[in-house]
Amino acid sequence: MSVRPHRILPVISLSLLALVLLPVEVAAATAATWIDSLWRVLSLQDYNTRLVVFSTTLLGMASGWVGTFLLLRKRALMGDALSHACLPGIGIAFLIMVALGGSGKALAGLLTGASISGLLGVAAILIIRRTTTIKDDAAMGIILSVFFGLGIVILGMVQELPGASAAGLESFIYGKTASMVQQDFNLLVALSVLSGIACLLLTKEFTLLCFDEAYGRSMGWPIGKLDMLMLALVAAVTVVGLQAVGLILIIAFLIIPAAAARFWTENLVRMLLLAGGIGAISGWLGSSISALAPRLPAGAIIVLVTAFIFILSMLFGIRRGVLPRTVAALRLKRKIGRQHLLRAIYELQECTSVADGSAKFNSRITFASLCKHRHWTPKAVHRLIRKAKKEDHIENFDGIHLQLSEAGYGEASRITRNHRLWERFLIEHADIAANHVDRDADSVEHILSPDMVRELEQQLKSSATPSSPHPTGGKH
Amino acid sequence: MTSLAHETIHATAHEHPADVPLAIHDLTVAYQRKPVLWDIDLNIPEGKLVALVGPNGAGKSTLLKACLGLIPLTSGKVLFYGQPLRKQRRQVAYVPQRESVDWDFPISALDVVTMGTYSQIGWLRPVRTKHRELARQALEQVGIADLAERQISQLSGGQQQRVFLARALVQEARFYLMDEPFAAVDAATEVAIVSLLKTLQTNGKTALVVHHDLATVTQYFDWVILLNSRIVASGPTQTVFTADNLRKTYGGNLSLLAEAGHALSQLGRPLS
Repeated sequence: MSVRPHRILPVISLSLLALVLLPVEVAAATAATWIDSLWRVLSLQDYNTRLVVFSTTLLGMASGWVGTFLLLRKRALMGDALSHACLPGIGIAFLIMVALGGSGKALAGLLTGASISGLLGVAAILIIRRTTTIKDDAAMGIILSVFFGLGIVILGMVQELPGASAAGLESFIYGKTASMVQQDFNLLVALSVLSGIACLLLTKEFTLLCFDEAYGRSMGWPIGKLDMLMLALVAAVTVVGLQAVGLILIIAFLIIPAAAARFWTENLVRMLLLAGGIGAISGWLGSSISALAPRLPAGAIIVLVTAFIFILSMLFGIRRGVLPRTVAALRLKRKIGRQHLLRAIYELQECTSVADGSAKFNSRITFASLCKHRHWTPKAVHRLIRKAKKEDHIENFDGIHLQLSEAGYGEASRITRNHRLWERFLIEHADIAANHVDRDADSVEHILSPDMVRELEQQLKSSATPSSPHPTGGKH
Repeated sequence: MTSLAHETIHATAHEHPADVPLAIHDLTVAYQRKPVLWDIDLNIPEGKLVALVGPNGAGKSTLLKACLGLIPLTSGKVLFYGQPLRKQRRQVAYVPQRESVDWDFPISALDVVTMGTYSQIGWLRPVRTKHRELARQALEQVGIADLAERQISQLSGGQQQRVFLARALVQEARFYLMDEPFAAVDAATEVAIVSLLKTLQTNGKTALVVHHDLATVTQYFDWVILLNSRIVASGPTQTVFTADNLRKTYGGNLSLLAEAGHALSQLGRPLS
C-alpha cells in the first residue's frame, strides 16, 4: 500500500504499448531507433507531430475535468450519443462550404457543423423523453444510431460529389494524428483551455447540479441552464477531440480518466485534478505512440493507454482499488481470528479457575479443550497458534498444552473485557437477548476504538472486566 | 387574463399577509393527467411545528415539491410570507428525502453542508473559510461536528439525515420544509432532530415536516395537516388529530399497528 503506482504509470504503460506495437509497425527498424524516435515525439521535438501531441495533451486534461462532472451526473451515455450525433454535421458543413466555393475542409467550419448536429441529437433525446413514454436509454440508443447512420450516408454521398475532394473526412470517425496547421492548433487549444477553465470556475455550481439537483433548484439556482452549460462543455471537448481521437471513442476520453481517478480519492477537487492529469498523460502518450504507428487509428491507441491507467487504478487505487480493499479485509479477518483465539484461551483459563475455586491466573490449557471450546478444527487452531506465536502472544506450546505469554495475557484480558462491555451494552441499552448477544458483540468488538471503549465504560459505570452474561465454558 | 391578474392582487393584498409562512391556494398537481393533489387550500401559521401526515402515495412529498417549484403546478398558487417563492428564496430551506441523492458521491459531510451557503457566495466565487466555519457550526448544532471530514457514504443513515438538516440550518431561513427527516433513523438521531425542531420553534421559525409515525405526532408537533390527495383536515394537533379524521385520511388502510400507536398516544403514554 505504501507503493505509489501512479508515479511509475507512464513508464509501465509506455513500455507495454511499445512492446505490443513494436513488431507490427516497425519490424524493420531496430528497437533503439524506434525508442529514439518515440522520445523525439514525446518531448515535442518532432515538428510534424508537435502540435498534435500538445493539443491532444491539453484536450486530455480538459476532458478529464469535464468528464468528472459528466460521470458524477451519470450522463456518460448522453456524452456518447452527443459525439455520435456529430457525424452528419461534418458532412453537411462540408457540403455548405463547398457550395460557398471553399475547399470544404476548413476545420472551424467542420467543427461548427459537428457541434450543432451533436447538440441537435441531445435535443432530440430530450424531446423524445418529454413527449413519449420511451425511457432514456432507448431514446439515446435510437438517436445515437440514427444520427450516426445519417452521417455515414452523407459522407458516402459527398465522396461521389464531382469536383470536390472529400477524402479525409472519414478520419473523424476513428481519429488520426495527421500533421496540423498552426491555425487549427490555435482553435483546438483555445477550445480546450476555455472549457477547462469554465469547468474549474463552475466547480461549485456543477457540484450542486450533480449531487442534489432538487435542493439546488429550491435555492433558486438555474439548474436547467447549468445542465445545458455542462452539455455545451461536453460538446466542446468532443469536437476538439474529433480529429485526434475520433467520434466513436471520444467518450472513453471523457469517462475513463474520471472513473480511474475515483479509485484514488473521496474528494471531488482531488478527483478533478487527478482526472485532468490522467487525461493529459493518456493524450500525450497515446498521440505520441500513434504518431509512430500512422496506420493504426489514433483514437484506439489513445483509448488503450487510458484503459491501461484505468486498470492500474482499479487494482491499486488507495481509496477504492481492489487490492487495498482485499488487503484491508484480510487484515481484519486475521485480527478477528487472533482476538478469537486469545479470548477463547482466556475464557478456558477462567473456567478452570472457577472449577478449582482458585484466583484467575495465566494457567496452562490443553489444545483439545481449545478446539472444543469454539468448535474449531485442529488445523484451524494450529494456524491461529502459529500466527499468535509470531506475535509472541503464546508460549510453551508442545502440541498438547499451551500458555499465554505475558503480553498475550494482557492482550487477552483486554480483548475479553471489550467483548463483555459490548455485550453488556447491547443487553442493557439495545435490548438484545442474552443468548444472541455473543454473536452480535463478535462483529463489532474488533473495531472498537479506545474512545468507544471509554464511552462504554462510562455508560456501564464499569472499569473492571465484567463476568460473561452467558455461559462460556464447554460450548453453549 | 385580466380576471386572473385581478385575483392575484386581491389575494396578496387581503388574504396573504406577510406573516403567514406558507399559503396555498387552489393547488392541483397532476402526473400524466392523473391528479395527485387536488384543490389544496392551506394556511400555515407562523412559529408552528407542522406535521404533514397521510398514507403512502397521498402526495406528501409532491406537495412539498410543488410548493418549492420543483414540479409544475396544474393550477393554483403558493405564497411564502405573502409573496411568490422567487422573491422569498432566502426565507425558505428545503430538506429533501435522504434517498433522493447518491451518497457515494465524492464529497465530505462538511462540503455538503457548505452547499447551504452557495447562494450567499454567489456565482463563480469559491467557497471561503468563513463559509466552512458556518457549516461547521451547523454540524455542531446537529451534534456531528466530529464527522465533518468524513466522506458521506461512511456515515450512518441517521448521520446522513443530520447532514441534510445542517445544510438547511446554514441557510438561516425562517421556514423549513422537511421531507421525512425521521425515516429510518436511529433513536439518538430522532431525539436530536426533535430537539432541533424545538430550538427552531423557540427562535420563531416555522417547520413543515412530512411525518409517517402516527404515534409521535402529538408528542412532536403542535399543528397537523392530514392529506390524502386532498386536505382531510388541518389545524392544531389536539383538535384535528382524531381517530375519526385519521380513518378518513387512511380509509380502510389504517394498519392495526398505526391505530394502536395512535390509541396509545391518546392515552398520554408516549412510546419510547
